[in-house]
Amino acid sequence: MNRRLSQRLLVAAAAFASTAVLFGATGCSADNAGGGGGGGSSDQVTIGLITKTDSNPYFVNMREAAQKAADAKGAKLVALAGAFDGDNEGQVSAIENLVSQGVDGILITPNSSSGILSAIKDARDQGVLVIALDTATDPADAVDATFATDNFAAGVAQGTWVKSSLDGKTPKVLLLDGTPGGTVDTLRHQGFIKGMGLTEDSPEILGKADTHGDQTKAQTAMENLLERAPDANAVYTINEPAAAGGFAAIKAAGKADQIVIGSIDGSCTGVENVKKGIIGATVMQFPGKMATSGVDAIVAYAKDGTKPKSGFNDTGSELITDHPVDGLESKDTAWGAENCWG
Amino acid sequence: MTTPTMAIKKTPKSTSTVQRARSRVLRSPLFGSTTALILAVIIFTVISPRFIAPGNISLILQQSVVIGILAVAQTLIILTAGIDLSIGAIAVMGTIVMAQVAGAHGPIVAMALTLVVCVVLGTLNGVLVTLLRLPPFIVTLGTFTAIAAATRLLAGSETFQVDGALMTFLGNTVSIGSFRTTYGVIAMFVVYIVCGFALTQTAWGRHVYAVGGNPAAATLSGVKTNRTILSVYVISGIIAMIAAWAALGRIPNADPNAYQNANLETITAVVIGGTSLFGGRGGVLGTLIGTLIVGVLRNGLTLAGVDSLYQNIATGVLVIVAVAVDQFLRGRTSR
Repeated sequence: MNRRLSQRLLVAAAAFASTAVLFGATGCSADNAGGGGGGGSSDQVTIGLITKTDSNPYFVNMREAAQKAADAKGAKLVALAGAFDGDNEGQVSAIENLVSQGVDGILITPNSSSGILSAIKDARDQGVLVIALDTATDPADAVDATFATDNFAAGVAQGTWVKSSLDGKTPKVLLLDGTPGGTVDTLRHQGFIKGMGLTEDSPEILGKADTHGDQTKAQTAMENLLERAPDANAVYTINEPAAAGGFAAIKAAGKADQIVIGSIDGSCTGVENVKKGIIGATVMQFPGKMATSGVDAIVAYAKDGTKPKSGFNDTGSELITDHPVDGLESKDTAWGAENCWG
Repeated sequence: MTTPTMAIKKTPKSTSTVQRARSRVLRSPLFGSTTALILAVIIFTVISPRFIAPGNISLILQQSVVIGILAVAQTLIILTAGIDLSIGAIAVMGTIVMAQVAGAHGPIVAMALTLVVCVVLGTLNGVLVTLLRLPPFIVTLGTFTAIAAATRLLAGSETFQVDGALMTFLGNTVSIGSFRTTYGVIAMFVVYIVCGFALTQTAWGRHVYAVGGNPAAATLSGVKTNRTILSVYVISGIIAMIAAWAALGRIPNADPNAYQNANLETITAVVIGGTSLFGGRGGVLGTLIGTLIVGVLRNGLTLAGVDSLYQNIATGVLVIVAVAVDQFLRGRTSR
């Protein structure tokens, strides 16, 4: 009996030891990532970054740029993320935990433009500077400032290029949308339609589908849309993975020469796809610039209370194509390859 | 629960009271998870002085409310040797119904209708499992997919802002002595106490364990197996409605895309809490501890400045460690 008991104790002890090692290990990596000690954070500026997810290359680039900017300023960065697009609960918890940790400021790409406002308000009430990156909140003044792409303008650029590239043919448009209800998704979609010179209920729009920006879903969606509209000649895509998925379906249907694809994002894979002719043109965003500006703003605020310019700060976008059209400013893929992210 | 009787039966009469108490503690299915929770709290307290602050503890509880409540329903279902992959989706459907109806017909109608919708969906699972004798995993996988899609249709892919004091009531703060928390946290504890009482102190509770542990024996001893299982699914619908209400208290927006991982998170909490996935063993107290372990880990690691990717690794490893310890102790005590 006693032997069995002590055996059991031994097993339990071993399990605790392994748990302790686990905690120890993660603690170490935190120190490595943070650069400074965990305890004395009062003099060091601490910045929280909360992205929508942590696997998307766009947010990875944003996180890396933020880390670089923080390192340059001697600040500490804590990067958190939602578990999936639309994970409001995860983002609210992340905000609360960062405030509890005593950060000076929080950079956030909000999943929902209104779902997390009360958590943001609580954070600001406690003196934490909150800056929205990539996606604006609704209302915009729920945060101290926004550093983002003007997604409507980006959509207009995509639409204008696609329209001009049709050489006067009647547009027959298919839309590969993102996530229904998403602010960025809606703005790009509306911008594209304006750039095409159409309206939401124009007969030229032959079909649309939600892809959640996912390549596999976009491919399936495009396969189905082409069944419905085999003579389509123009495709809007919410982002470059959706464009790649859409192109796979278009190519399989033997319609690659008949259809012009436009996109938005500016990832290195996307630029490469523009070079290969898979995507006709893409509109490049600058997530690194958003992150760097955000980090700089929080460091300035922590030093002497300077607040960034409130409201929307456009971080710019560039049309990337090797087939420029008249009256629309663009850069070629060589420039794109130098300035892309991911 | 069942454990104390088991421990007493197996302990030789000659052993001292101290020894008996010690072996009882060690044999408890809660031993592994409780120790892990205490250990985590101690480590985080050492790492960060902010961790043990009352405000932060309150935060962890608030962050655990929705999953914690849903995990009670999951526990009940897993005790009957079932599993519910749709419970989170039912709650999200609940938030959409509640938010939409509250805008048009006021909060009371909204609450009532949400209750009806959640109970109907829970009952649907139960009917498919009992009457058609389909595996719960398959049934709820199917209903999960269908309910999630129906929710998006119902919402027109929009997010609904929720107004009204009653709708967001569970998000209001309340002071217990000097400890400030939300009504949602209290609601969570009430759900745990009520279900814990029902499981351990009523004939119904014994039937739930019997049905999950050995359905044949339960039937032979006169337990109405189907009725017991069905009752558990109906109750899970009621609990899902409470979770939906709590979710609106926490975030006053009903988003059809929210809580996509809730189903898995409840299973994580149940499993860490030591309830057997094969049914018949475990309880809601373990699930509460399991929920808190996950909450403590996420909060504590953030306070320690650990990247979210490392947090997920830590959570995953802890799930496996907790279950491994639990399995080992179980293997030695019960078989």
